[in-house]
Amino acid sequence: MKKDYKFNQYYKSLNVFSIALILLSLIFLIFKGLNYGVDFKGGTLIEIRVETEKPDIEVLRSSFNKMNLGKISIKNFGSDNDFVVKFKRDELNDPEFIENLQRNLSQELTQDFSFRRVENVGPKVSSELLKAGVTAICLSLMAMLIYIWIRFEWQFSVGAIAALFHDVIITLGIFSALSLEINLSIVAAVLTIVGYSMNDTVVIYDRVRENLKKYSDIKIFDLTNLSINETLSRTIITSSTTLLALLSIFFFGGEILKGFSLAMILGVILGTYSSIFIANPLLVFFKVSQKTVLKEDN
Amino acid sequence: MVMVSSSNFLDLDLDKQKKIKLGLDLQGGSYLLLELDNEPVIKQKLQSKLLEIKDYFKKNKIKILSLKLDDKLIKLKVSKDDVEKISEIFSDKESTINPYYFQYKAHQLDVKINGDVFNLELSKYGIILIKNASLDQAIEIVRKRVDEVGTNEPNILKRGNDRILLELPGLDNPDRIKSLLGKTADLAFRLESKSSNESFGTEKLKLIETGEELLLSKRVIISGDNLVDASPRMDSLNNQTVVSFTLDRVGSKRFAQATKRNIGTRLAIVLDGQIISAPVIRDVIAGGSGQISGGFTFQSATDLALLLRSGALPAPLNIIEERTVGPDLGQDSINAGILSLIIGFLLVIGFMTLKYRIFGIIANFTLIINLILLISILTLLEATLTLPGIAGIILTVGMAVDANVLIFERIKEETSKEKNNLIAFDNGYSKSKITILDANITTIIAAIILFIFGSGPVKGFSITLCVGILTTLFSVFFIARLLTSIYVKINKNKEIIIK
Repeated sequence: MKKDYKFNQYYKSLNVFSIALILLSLIFLIFKGLNYGVDFKGGTLIEIRVETEKPDIEVLRSSFNKMNLGKISIKNFGSDNDFVVKFKRDELNDPEFIENLQRNLSQELTQDFSFRRVENVGPKVSSELLKAGVTAICLSLMAMLIYIWIRFEWQFSVGAIAALFHDVIITLGIFSALSLEINLSIVAAVLTIVGYSMNDTVVIYDRVRENLKKYSDIKIFDLTNLSINETLSRTIITSSTTLLALLSIFFFGGEILKGFSLAMILGVILGTYSSIFIANPLLVFFKVSQKTVLKEDN
Repeated sequence: MVMVSSSNFLDLDLDKQKKIKLGLDLQGGSYLLLELDNEPVIKQKLQSKLLEIKDYFKKNKIKILSLKLDDKLIKLKVSKDDVEKISEIFSDKESTINPYYFQYKAHQLDVKINGDVFNLELSKYGIILIKNASLDQAIEIVRKRVDEVGTNEPNILKRGNDRILLELPGLDNPDRIKSLLGKTADLAFRLESKSSNESFGTEKLKLIETGEELLLSKRVIISGDNLVDASPRMDSLNNQTVVSFTLDRVGSKRFAQATKRNIGTRLAIVLDGQIISAPVIRDVIAGGSGQISGGFTFQSATDLALLLRSGALPAPLNIIEERTVGPDLGQDSINAGILSLIIGFLLVIGFMTLKYRIFGIIANFTLIINLILLISILTLLEATLTLPGIAGIILTVGMAVDANVLIFERIKEETSKEKNNLIAFDNGYSKSKITILDANITTIIAAIILFIFGSGPVKGFSITLCVGILTTLFSVFFIARLLTSIYVKINKNKEIIIK
């Protein structure tokens, strides 16, 4: 069955849509910013399980408020019985801090409870982790740029990187808009999105290049459309199986992997979309023709 | 290979066989990142350098007009006629006063000459060497202290020039270790001084228990280095817990002499800048052993003895990062990880079977081989499996079919043009090869960068992702190709339909 959807008819309108989304994301990122977790902001995170039916978060909140820990945040974490408490603390050297906290809490709470996880990140480490995360993302974008530049012509390289920026900025914009936490695993997700989105774009670009060599009479506007159609079943199947795997992590992989899998799900959807509707219109914009790719062979 | 990976599931307890190590986030445990505060060490080094320079110039009969330490800068003023000679001494590669490190091609001190004043500063590599030496020493002490507490397979690693990474599997309350590592345990026996103009200098220190201030001589009679053993003990006389210690030969001799000469004076036992106790010397202590009292509980006496046995840290250690996961959360994570792996796997397999029928089954079989390979290689590498690592395996399951899909779609296209199935099949493989490589290399690049910059559990993710891509390529180009070629050969004259 020959597929012949007219993707190229939507290039313009969807590009406007994407630019709007990117601008909106940037507005969120600049004015609202990202909700950094303790990995990047420093501070203390404690995951507490309260062994009672339907524990009251307010009771827990007021118990913590009595301990003079400064501004604290308490949220439910996965199940009704699990909570995550976060607060700032610069001095990590007091070895009895957690023990004292546990003792104070047991005087306040009538229910049994346990600390399931404790994370303390000092200010020095958190700023280093943030720097490493940003460096890693920038480096991966640069590495992709160089790789595509070597393998294809510069027009392709720009198109692929534009698609990557699109995916990364909008994913982070959504995280900012929804105030979702940015931690180390989100950086891992963003890097994987970069790899995945690139992968998707490369498959279509490969076909564009092949078709450019084959047909000298088809304009790039239609040629990209042909290439998208020819690779469409692959695009759909791979995105589907990847999404199935990710949905499985999202629903069954536990609370710790929720943010990671959500970022990846967004990234896969955006990556698939951008390799069709961002990467290809840019080739049209650069007026790529048979000459562009034949030059490469000489 | 199959044997190796099955060993993970069947004989988890067999020590001889290699198995995947579980990360701290899965088995529970504590991760501590400690930073050595080297400022005092560097200051001390500069102080001794100052004395060294003084001695050296005296021996070589060169006159010093002035010599002082200004924060981290040694300022040496000499007469104008000596400037050239001294400058040569400092830049001589054989120089003992300013050693040259051939491996770094640098001197210990950076020398700047300003008229008749030499400004001497520790060079970059001079500082690195001091830090390295103090870090090596600190790691030794940390290891001794951690071993004394008796945790299960601790992992102690150097990180950079001044950090120590400590992984303590199975430890869900690191408080005791933290309090043991938080003390430098710098012990000194010093005498009370009558007047403040003693030749060694004096300083006032506080007695912990009473808060009383004593004027002490800076002269150290014996230090923690002279101790050969220390243990907590019950003093039968007054029913107090004390720490009894044994001194080495040098220490015993000095202790005996000092006690003999100073009967009636108070002897202060100073630990990390505070006086634990300061008994009056009543008699000569000659046997080379003694005891420290100071209102200890049995626990604090045990800890002090442990600290004294393991020796003093060269500088204070600060905890700059701590992550502790309780064992039940670890188990929950394992369960959730395995559940989502199984569900993800079944979803993908179901989808592929529905979509591609016989070719789907080939792809699924390849996927199973791929997973077995992946787990085998992780086992052989003795990689650490973390929760994000499990996520990486699940993601590999989702993305691994991509290569097969690319090939099947290509064969499908080729069969519509080419009547001969064998040729169509061959074309399908060869034409999609480059695309598959291109596409996977991009993911590998991302994974490698993540491996370099990632820390802790995230590193585990990048490892599984990387290995996953390699096993995918292998299983697609060898296993799946073999299976499809067998199928195509059998049906070479029939019309092959890939849905």
